[in-house]
Amino acid sequence: MKVVANIYLKAGVLDPQGKAVHHGLDALGFDGVKDVRVGKQIVIELDKQDEQEALEEVKQMCEKLLANTVIENYEVEVKK
Amino acid sequence: MKVSIVVFPGTNCDRDTQWAFEKIGAQTEFVWHNEHDLKNPDLVVLPGGFSYGDYLRSGAIARFSPIMQEVIEFANKGGYVLGICNGFQVLLESHLLPGAMKRNENLHFISKHHHLKVINNNNAFLKNFKMGDIVNIPIAHAEGNYTPQSEDDLKRMWDNEQILLQYVDKDGNISNPNGSADSIAGICNQNKNVFGLMPHPERAVESILGSEDGIGMLISLMDSIK
Repeated sequence: MKVVANIYLKAGVLDPQGKAVHHGLDALGFDGVKDVRVGKQIVIELDKQDEQEALEEVKQMCEKLLANTVIENYEVEVKK
Repeated sequence: MKVSIVVFPGTNCDRDTQWAFEKIGAQTEFVWHNEHDLKNPDLVVLPGGFSYGDYLRSGAIARFSPIMQEVIEFANKGGYVLGICNGFQVLLESHLLPGAMKRNENLHFISKHHHLKVINNNNAFLKNFKMGDIVNIPIAHAEGNYTPQSEDDLKRMWDNEQILLQYVDKDGNISNPNGSADSIAGICNQNKNVFGLMPHPERAVESILGSEDGIGMLISLMDSIK
């Protein structure tokens, strides 16, 4: 089973990369862009059948290593 | 003073650090990341570089290396630990120091001499300096944008005299190269035995290198220990 962890800087933490991408989009003429946040996606293949168990395991991974919870939030989902 | 210098795969300031500490008369030992023995030091230094290629986040992988468990134990018992640049990032990831690092505000790797102001000298690392002293020490990093855990936490750090160095111009006015909160360049923990800074004092130890201002920090540590 594949589980996806999406990791972003928390709301309120200034995202320098997101800001730079936002400027780039403005320069290209994409108007109406309100906000851009750049994060990372980590795809983990697990030897598990139970979805809940797999999600719980990846949450633990996020807490311990994949995310820095001082400045980052994470979301996990099973990749269908 | 016996100094153990921790070497991770990707560390690249280990020899400069050794050179600087031996220059002031310290004994140095390199300790490899997968060892379990710190070799009985008076001071542990986590030098600069790119441990584990800065993968995931700077310092995130190094934090789980076997030697770091020993460093954490050493620090929790009151042992002196200094983290320079990537070493500072490792100390943040290890929660030996509060807060986290983000990419520099302008997203550039910044490598240049920068002036710093001594904010507090009531600690082993800066006790040979006067408050308000301006020093000139090189910085070289892409992730030095210090972010505290919260505004309240930042205030507590100021109140506890944990803010040690700020980025300034030559006249002492705030000049922030990387977006760091309150222009912070260096901090310590509440017990004042763990120090972290982004600038490289070990690169400012001889006039031929452009500045000797860094050596005073290393001597402060030595004077405090012996």
